[in-house]
Parts: sequence; C-alpha cells; structure tokens
Amino acid sequence: MDTIEKKAGKTVEVRHAENVVVRFSGDSGDGMQLTGSQFTDTSAFFGQDLSTFPEFPAEIRAPAGTVAGVSGFQVNFGSKEIYTPGDEYDVLVAMNSAGLKSDLHKVKKGGIILVNTAGFDKKNLNLAKYPEGANPLEDGTLSGFTVYKIDVTKLVKEALTDTGLGMKEIERSKNMFVLGFLFWMFDKSMDYTIGFITEKFGKKPEIMNANIKALRAGYNYGETTEIFTTRWKVDVAKMPAGVYRQITGNHATAIGLICAAEKAKLELFLGSYPITPASDILHELSKYRANGVKTFQAEDEIAAICSAIGASYAGALGVTTSSGPGIALKMEAMGLAVITETPLVVVNVQRGGPSTGLPTKTEQADLLQAIHGRHGEAPLPVIAASTPADCFDCAYEAARIALEHMTPVMLLTDGYIANGSEPWKFPSADSLKPINAEFVTETNNPGGKFLPYKRDERGVRPRTKPGTPGLEHRIGGLEKQDETGNVSYDSVNHEKMVHLRQAKVDKIADSIPPAHVDSGKENAKLCVLGWGSTAGAIKTAVRELIAEGHDVAHVHLRYVNPFQKNLGEVLAKFDKVMIPEMNLGQLAMLIRAKYMIPAIKFNKVQGLPFTVDELKVKIVEILNSK
Amino acid sequence: MSTETTAPVKKTAKDFASDQDVKWCPGCGDYAILAQVQRVFPDLNVPKENYVFVSGIGCSSRFTYYMDTFGVHSIHGRAACVASGVRATNRDLDVWLISGDGDSLSIGGNHFIHLMRRNFEIKYLMFNNQIYGLTKGQYSPASEKGIKTKSTPMGSVDEPFNPLELAIGAKSTFVARSLDRDPKHQQFVIKRAHEHKGTAFVEIYQNCPVFNDGAFFTYTEKETKKEECLFLEHGKPLIFGANNEHGIKLDGLKPVIVDLSGGASTDGLWIHDETDRMKAMILAGMFDNPAHAGHMPRPFGVFYQEKRATYEDDLHAQIEEAKAKKGKTPLDKILSGDKTWVIA
Repeated sequence: MDTIEKKAGKTVEVRHAENVVVRFSGDSGDGMQLTGSQFTDTSAFFGQDLSTFPEFPAEIRAPAGTVAGVSGFQVNFGSKEIYTPGDEYDVLVAMNSAGLKSDLHKVKKGGIILVNTAGFDKKNLNLAKYPEGANPLEDGTLSGFTVYKIDVTKLVKEALTDTGLGMKEIERSKNMFVLGFLFWMFDKSMDYTIGFITEKFGKKPEIMNANIKALRAGYNYGETTEIFTTRWKVDVAKMPAGVYRQITGNHATAIGLICAAEKAKLELFLGSYPITPASDILHELSKYRANGVKTFQAEDEIAAICSAIGASYAGALGVTTSSGPGIALKMEAMGLAVITETPLVVVNVQRGGPSTGLPTKTEQADLLQAIHGRHGEAPLPVIAASTPADCFDCAYEAARIALEHMTPVMLLTDGYIANGSEPWKFPSADSLKPINAEFVTETNNPGGKFLPYKRDERGVRPRTKPGTPGLEHRIGGLEKQDETGNVSYDSVNHEKMVHLRQAKVDKIADSIPPAHVDSGKENAKLCVLGWGSTAGAIKTAVRELIAEGHDVAHVHLRYVNPFQKNLGEVLAKFDKVMIPEMNLGQLAMLIRAKYMIPAIKFNKVQGLPFTVDELKVKIVEILNSK
Repeated sequence: MSTETTAPVKKTAKDFASDQDVKWCPGCGDYAILAQVQRVFPDLNVPKENYVFVSGIGCSSRFTYYMDTFGVHSIHGRAACVASGVRATNRDLDVWLISGDGDSLSIGGNHFIHLMRRNFEIKYLMFNNQIYGLTKGQYSPASEKGIKTKSTPMGSVDEPFNPLELAIGAKSTFVARSLDRDPKHQQFVIKRAHEHKGTAFVEIYQNCPVFNDGAFFTYTEKETKKEECLFLEHGKPLIFGANNEHGIKLDGLKPVIVDLSGGASTDGLWIHDETDRMKAMILAGMFDNPAHAGHMPRPFGVFYQEKRATYEDDLHAQIEEAKAKKGKTPLDKILSGDKTWVIA
C-alpha cells in the first residue's frame, strides 16, 4: 500500500515494498564497492534481510570510463527472506556512461535510473562506445524508466568548495553524495556511515568532514529538491530472533577454519599463494597472529599445498586456499596427502575457467576436477558451501572430516558466495561440534614396530606427531604395505590399499547428516537438485512456485563426495529430477552414473549466477512437459 | 630407592638404520653418504624422535626410508616446501632435507631459491651426480654442457647451473661442498651443517656408477685429488697440491695460483674467511673444467656462513608480539566481529 507524506512543503509518494534491488555501477575508481557495502550494512543494521553481489573487472584499473572498467555492487534487501541478490534492478545508480551501458538491460521495466550527468559528456560517451552523437539521456533510450538526472560532480564541488580540498579529493566524495541521496530515497539513517567515515578518516579531519558533508548534501538534496517525489519504505524483516552480523563467504571460510583449529586444539597453518577470488581468505587469516594462526605466502601454488602438508604432518591443521588454476597445480600434492593419509583442507573458491578464464566471475565447473582430478585412484571427500554464511559451517566441517578421518578434504565455494554477503546469525563457540584430533603417543603393536597404517573400524589410521619417542616411521608417496606402511610394489597389496583408501572415504557417509527435502513435498512431481551457490536462486524459485500452486521440491547437496547414504532413496520418490548447475552438467553426470536416473540438466556458464526467473521458467516448462 | 641415575645409553650408527633393505645400485655413492649420516648422528645430541627426514623424488630421495627416524618421502622437487611447513610448525624438530641435482635444481628450482632466502633451519644435503639416475640416464641441470645421454644423443646444449653460486645468489646462509668418497670430510661438513641456525646447503659430489660413472673421479681419486681439490679451512691460507706446493692469492677479484715449492713464504695468500660473502662467491666461481689448462682447483668445505634470523623464528616473534600487544581474540569475539545487531 502506497501512502503520501507531506514534509517541508513537499508532497512525496511513499511506496511500500517487500524488497528492493539496488545496483551501483561506476568506474573502478568511483568507490562503488564502498558505497554498496555502506548501503548494505545500514540496511542490515536496520534489520532487513539481504544478499549482495559485488562484481568487479579483472583489471585493477581498466581504462577509466570504459565498459571494461565498470565496477558494480548489487544488493537485494527486504522485509521478506532474501536468498539471492535479485534478478533485475529496481534502482540503477550509474555514475558514468559505461555504468549505464553495462547494466541498463537488467533494470526492471519502470525502474528508477539515477545518473550522474557529469559522466555523460562527450568524452565519457565515447569511452563507453556510444555511437557518435548519441546520448542515452536524451535520445529516448530511457523512456519507460523513471530517470533522475543529477550533476553529482557539480553539486559535490559546490558543497565542498569551502573545505579547502583539491579538486581530486572533492571528486572522490561524489559516491558519498549519491549514498546520501539513496539514504533519503529509502528512508535510511546516515548514522552508520557517519560512524564509519569518522573511524576511517579520523586522522584526516578535512577528508572526514568533506565525506560527511557530501553525504549530508546528498540526503538534503533529495529532501529539498522538488523533482524527487517518490520514496520507498521497506520494513524490517521477520528473521529468527538473535544476534546477527554481516559476513562474506571468504570471511566466513577464514573464521570457520580458525574455529575448527581451536576446537581441535591444533595450530592453524595456511599455505597459500595469492589468486582471485580466494586471496581474501589469506588476508583475513593473516590478521590472527595473536591467535597463533600461521599464514605462509608461498612462492607458488605447489609450495603452498606442500607446506600445508608438512605442517599437518608436524601436527598442525594444514590448509591451502586457491581457485581453479591453482587447484590444478596442487593436484599432485593432493595425491600425496591421499596416499599418506594426511589431514588437509583444500579450499577452492571456483571461478570461470578453463585456464585464466574469467578470474573475477563465478562458475561451478570444478566439481569433477575436485572429485576425480588426480591421477590414480585418489578419492577425497568434497563438500560445497551454498551461501556466504554457509562457508563457515562448511569450512568447519571440512576441517572436522579431514582431522577425524585422516584425509585431504576439498571445500568448494565460488566467487559469487565468496564475495557476496548476507546477515548471519552466528553461533556461539560453545555450540560448535567438538572435533577429535588426538595424536597417538604409544605404539599400537606392543613388542613390535609401530604400525602407522593399522586402521580402526572406520578405516582410519592413527595420527602421530614427529617428536614422539618410539613411533619413528616413514611415510611417502610410494605405495605402502598394509599396516606397516613400508614401501611395497606387491600387486595384490596395491589393490587392497586402493580399496582401503576408497572405503575410508565412503565410510564418511556414516557420520554425516542424511539428505532432506529443503522445500516442497518429498514425493513432488519434480525435484530441483542443486549443490553449492545455486541454493539461494533455487530456494527462491521453488518456494515461489510452490506458493503459486506447483508441485515442485528442492534438495540441496553440501556433501558431493561421498553422497549422503539416503540420497538415492530421496531422489527415487520424485517423478523427475532437474539439476541446475553453472557448468555443463557435472553433478548431473555423477547422479546419473550413481543412481541411474535420467536427471535433467539445466546449465548456465556465463560467469553469472542463475536468476530466479530463469529457474522458474525452466521448472514450469519441465512440469508442463510429459 | 636408588638415587643413582644411569646416563642414557649413547646411540650408535646402527640405531639410525631402518629395517628396510637399501636398494641403491652396487657402488652407488649414496651408500657412503647414508653411512656418514648414520655415523655422525649419535654425536649430535638430538633425541632420535626429533629427527625428521624429508626428501623429494630420485635415487637420493629414497634415503628417507633407510633412516630409522620420522620421515616423509614427498613428491618431485617439493621437499623444500614440505620441510618448510614442518619447521614452521615445530621448531624442536631437527629437519634434514635429502635431494638430488635434478630434484633440487630442475623441478624444484623455484623452491630451492625461496628456501635459501627464507632461511628455515633445515639441513639440506643435495647429492649431485650430474645425471638423472632413477629415470635411467638423462642429463640434469648440473650436467656438463655437451654431455651425451639418452635424451641428448648429440650432446646437451644446456649450460649447467653452478649450484653453490645459485645458493649464495639466493641468499643462502650456509654453503658447503663435500665428496662421497671422503668420509671424514663429509662427517665434518655434516656436523658443521647441523650446527648452523638456518638453511645449511651442502652439495655432495656423488658418483653414479651406472649412468655417469667417474664424473668426479678427478676430485675423489688418489692420483688427482690433491692436485685438483682445495680444502677450505676458516682462517687458514688457501693451499693445495700433493705436497702443498700451490697457494692462491687474490689479484683484485681474481684468484691466482702461486708456487710455494722450495719453501716460498705463504704471506699474502688468500686467508679463508667463511663470513665473507663476496669471497665465497669467488670461491664458488672456481668451477673450471679440470681438462682446461691453467684451471683453478675445485674448493671443498664450508664456503660461507652467515648469522641471520630464520623464517620460523621471525614468524614466532610476530606471534609473540601480536599476543603481547592485543592478546588472543576469544572465538566468540571472532564469530561476532565488531558490528552486530539484534533481532528481537
């Protein structure tokens, strides 16, 4: 229900919305990420649910003003449960011509477009490759949208003229002006951002004051100028009671690992080599020296994983983090961890491939690499995170499995959830599952030599720490004799060891929770089976379709190797199974092979997540087909 | 109750031999190195359980299986990385890295240089036989240019590395060279390497009787050894020859051989100074082909040693500093972060 408010002699229509998608688009240097995250945090503090999607170019400073240099930040916030950053934008903020060109096609019909007209001069239009003489602000391109043309650059200059700052610094504050304007438009408080600016620029008062001034100027501009007659009201979300924080996937992965190490009473060692989009995990963990976290920036990806294997061998929780190309380089070393049965967590923040591919874009095309990418029979457990906050649980679970089952574990996240953020009702440290990472201190073979590969009922070998008297033994990459671990080239023994290592990984399925139906009936006509970061879009699509009367269900996998024991039974109850993936059908291949069901593939490999709408259209199409 | 305490029985070389059959080729130089390491270890005063051997891939790297200590036989070229992780985690461990010229200088070349500059406390024994043995006889990055092997039937066109120059160039803090066929010298160098607080790089000339037999006989065999080897001793003049009749002095940066026969004075000879990096580089550069007339002798012993903080000590110092400055952050604080809000 929309209402009318009258304030300061101005009549404003207030539109009430359940959720709103805002997209900030500008040049890499325009501060769009900061603007977006300030808007996001303010919404979160107000109590709205939300999901974000930052998108940046692969180049650090692509030529200014070009489409290649556009940096975008998308946030979907609302009073209902939000699982995706949204398909289309209600509001597009375009700081320059390139920003408009790059993102106009995703603005909703009738949506609001706010442009900085200073970014639409001849030079900017040329850089964005608009045809000579064409200007989208004047040629009818934007008819059908509500367009707010603001000369932000000029207004900021006017507002800050008496600050004594140079033109460059003044121009840098234009994102704050825009943010202030949006705060007015969405009836949000400026307090959070003022606090942020004060903290960040406290030591440079002139910059601090200029930013706050620009922010207020933007807010006041909305309030006093006659042309802006629409505001939006979005209520607080009905989220489960509790204490929340905002978190990105990479941040969640980092602290999940810290928590796992501490719960297991082990030191955390990260061997890593910088790579987009995984580096933020390295950055985050590097801040925790005081907690004994050791981060080692290695000379390359191989050194990174091998140092982590060495650390694990010496008694730490060894972790390595990377993305597809780096993971490919680490594969041989993962084989070493498989055959030596050394605990290790390998985090793969997937990005578009192959090769350098799309470094800053998202993809799920490393699933088969994760499960089958090594030479020889080299099984290892693989788990996949579904949302930014889920990265915490999955990192913790990956470490638990690695330590309790003496195996390398791969955790798959991707660029979408790694950089995206959401509100997180974080757990207390006490509530975290215990992790049993005991070392043996006495021989398991009294009277004889210690048997490093004598297994327990789960097929797990004992973990030792070098420095323990009487347990001296050698491990290595050569095939080993059962129990003694001595080098053995015996053919029958090799086959036995291959089976033992496989059985150990298979048995992990005994200790993980069963598969369940997330939304819908357990015998629905169609099951949408997903894994990883497609969770939000699938959940939203399926729930909306159920509300519209369709018989569809959603099952989502965290454990992709081994599968949960009951997964076959769960899937068998549906008439059809459809698998949306950001690849050419990798999970579908595994599901078809294992359960012999004709799973229907639905694939998108554009470096972008599925939209809810795409999924809904496809689901309805399948439901309506025979 | 008796108040007597019995001193722990001193270990012997045998205590360090594992129960595995040693499977190098008959006559391989690796046997001699294994024997010297096992002989020296009882004297090093390290609890046996604290030794860790880490090796890569190649004939030399099987060494790990023959020591009755903790050990990891890792993957090709990467022993330096595994060993770095071990030392970063536990500074009580006495870490030995066993590698060959192919493992260290070719596939592991990147890790080799980075280990040197980081200076983890690791004893690095590189067995140099100037050939790939385990893959049956291809030339290595240490092989002489022109060597005819299975992969270079017309002779290699690769210029070889000078491993010691590479190590010093990569900021190694301890650089030495020894010989498989000189047990005493090996023991001396191994002990010196063990005393070093940092990465101690020891190149050991090692004969491969199958694929590169006699590569170092000029330096190891009685007939030529004294004429061709220059044994370095800290603080002593550089003298060599069957009857110590040659000395070396420096003409600017150029080493020059002087004749000491007939009792000529040793004044003005180059006095070896292990702490002089520039001179160590000149010594490492004495790498002439012994077939060339007027060549310099090949030096053996400790070329260079420098005191520099190890990576792991600096890392722990940072941890201690961070703990002292801000203290450990409780898990609940890490979980909540700085900014939270409450939904009632």
